Amino acid sequence: MALSGLVLVGFVCGHMLGNLQMFLHSDWINEYAYKLQHLPYGLLWVVRTVMLIAVVAHVITAVMLVLENHRARPEKYVARDTLQASFASRTMRYTGFILFFFIIFHLMHFTIQNVHPEFKDLEVRLEGVSGSHGSLESRTIWGVYDKLSAHGEFPESEALAVHDVYSMVAIGFSPTYWYVSVFYIISMGLLCYHLMHGISSMFQSLGLRNAIWRVRLDRIALVISLVVFVGFASIPVACLTGLIEPITPLVAVH
Amino acid sequence: MSERNISITLKVWRQKDADSAGAFETYRMESVSTSSSFLEMLDLLNEQLIEEDKDPIAFDHDCREGICGMCSLVINGIPHGKNKLQTTCQLHMRSFRDGDTITIEPYRSKPFPVTRDLVVDRTPMDTIMQAGGYVTQRIGAAQDANALPISKELADKAMDAAACIGCGACVAVCPNASAMLFTSAKVSQLNMLPQGKPEKDRRALRMVGAMDAAGFGNCTNIGECEAACPKGISLDFIARMNRDYAVASVKQFLGMVGSV
Ligand code: HEM
Ligand code: FES
Repeated sequence: MALSGLVLVGFVCGHMLGNLQMFLHSDWINEYAYKLQHLPYGLLWVVRTVMLIAVVAHVITAVMLVLENHRARPEKYVARDTLQASFASRTMRYTGFILFFFIIFHLMHFTIQNVHPEFKDLEVRLEGVSGSHGSLESRTIWGVYDKLSAHGEFPESEALAVHDVYSMVAIGFSPTYWYVSVFYIISMGLLCYHLMHGISSMFQSLGLRNAIWRVRLDRIALVISLVVFVGFASIPVACLTGLIEPITPLVAVH
Repeated sequence: MSERNISITLKVWRQKDADSAGAFETYRMESVSTSSSFLEMLDLLNEQLIEEDKDPIAFDHDCREGICGMCSLVINGIPHGKNKLQTTCQLHMRSFRDGDTITIEPYRSKPFPVTRDLVVDRTPMDTIMQAGGYVTQRIGAAQDANALPISKELADKAMDAAACIGCGACVAVCPNASAMLFTSAKVSQLNMLPQGKPEKDRRALRMVGAMDAAGFGNCTNIGECEAACPKGISLDFIARMNRDYAVASVKQFLGMVGSV
């Protein structure tokens, strides 16, 4: 449980940082996505497999945990009360359950893209982040622009066309689909709760804390959870409010 | 606080034996002194019941001064009642108000079956102790006490763990009916000290094994046990036991522990 959770937390933090590129020039996230899609040695699938194993392990251990704990108290108390148990700690199974469906929808939304098949056709030409072509300052750290425009000064070729992930996200979260954004924002709130207890619990389960570190780790867990919430939720919010707008219009496939 | 008399209503779990179904009975008690302890109040109720030719309520108790760990009872949903750092025998009626309805239930968990009314069988805790809650010693004359120096800090910590009276409130209050706080206190108390070190890995593996085998639930780090513990045993001992157990498991995997 703790180990698979650790992998998931690591992914979530990295994923959030990747997503925050939505607030930069569209080339940032588009080059980044291109780079991920073109990782050498099938690394993309290695990472995906690791994530799949982590999620499956997390779910299986969670189900076993709930079942075993249910069996350990067949008869419930009639008078129910708690002394200090946090809301987050008592709702882990419910927040986790909803997040599972979030992940499935999310993959269908942006990875498999079968929620909006038109997303596959969104293409854009990389133009260099400042618009002033080719100069060193105009590059993202991903170097895709340089690689694709390697042969010449600045060819007007198709070589620079990449999947427009920027517009895909902007359209996916646009006011037309406001309910999708609302679902994402609520899910990120649940994720925040899940992590608030989960991260601190992880250290306890792994035996990696003592009297001094207990308070510190609890605070760290709280900060990570809130940062994750704000980081993720900011994107649908920005798209809903028009701060982020698609650069390529969506064309119906048929 | 000055002494007063209060009237209360009690909802008490009554169950003939382990195999019978139980149910709540309601009792009314007039003018109970706020100076009487909770158990004295139950004694009075039992006298009342005996006078009415009814079966008295069975409940566990022994020292009645918070050191033996015998008293139990879940009072309004919390073992030993809501007061901090108190056993049921240390709880007094001044903690209740005139007109209160008090619900009294037995500890609820699979490993602690109800044997009668409010009495549960806590033998699985003894089983855990027998699995490793000891140090193996050669008998004979004890060595000089100062032959084994132990720092004050360490001695204090081991003493904090040893404060556990084994009442089982941690199991009763845990939403998962987990016995991690009890087991971790007993494991840590010995594992921290030089006398316990030689059997450290074996102890962690055996006591955790006995705990799991008894059918207690799994810890999800909610922390109710620490809050309910009449002796204030810290959750940090659970982290320590998790660490000892993880290290011991790796060592066992590598064949470094021997027979467990
Ligand atoms: C509002 C917040 C989020 C946004 C905007 C977002 C955005 C994206 C996008 C655009 C992709 C596809 C990238 C591509 O195809 O090039 C993706 C993939 C993915 N996301 Fe998210 N994501 C968010 C939150 C999350 C969370 C919280 C989780 C996990 C708990 C998550 C799990 C995944 C997974 C597993 C993938 C698939 C990676 C792969 O195998 O390709 N996402 N996300
Ligand atoms: S009766 Fe001994 S601790 Fe309560």
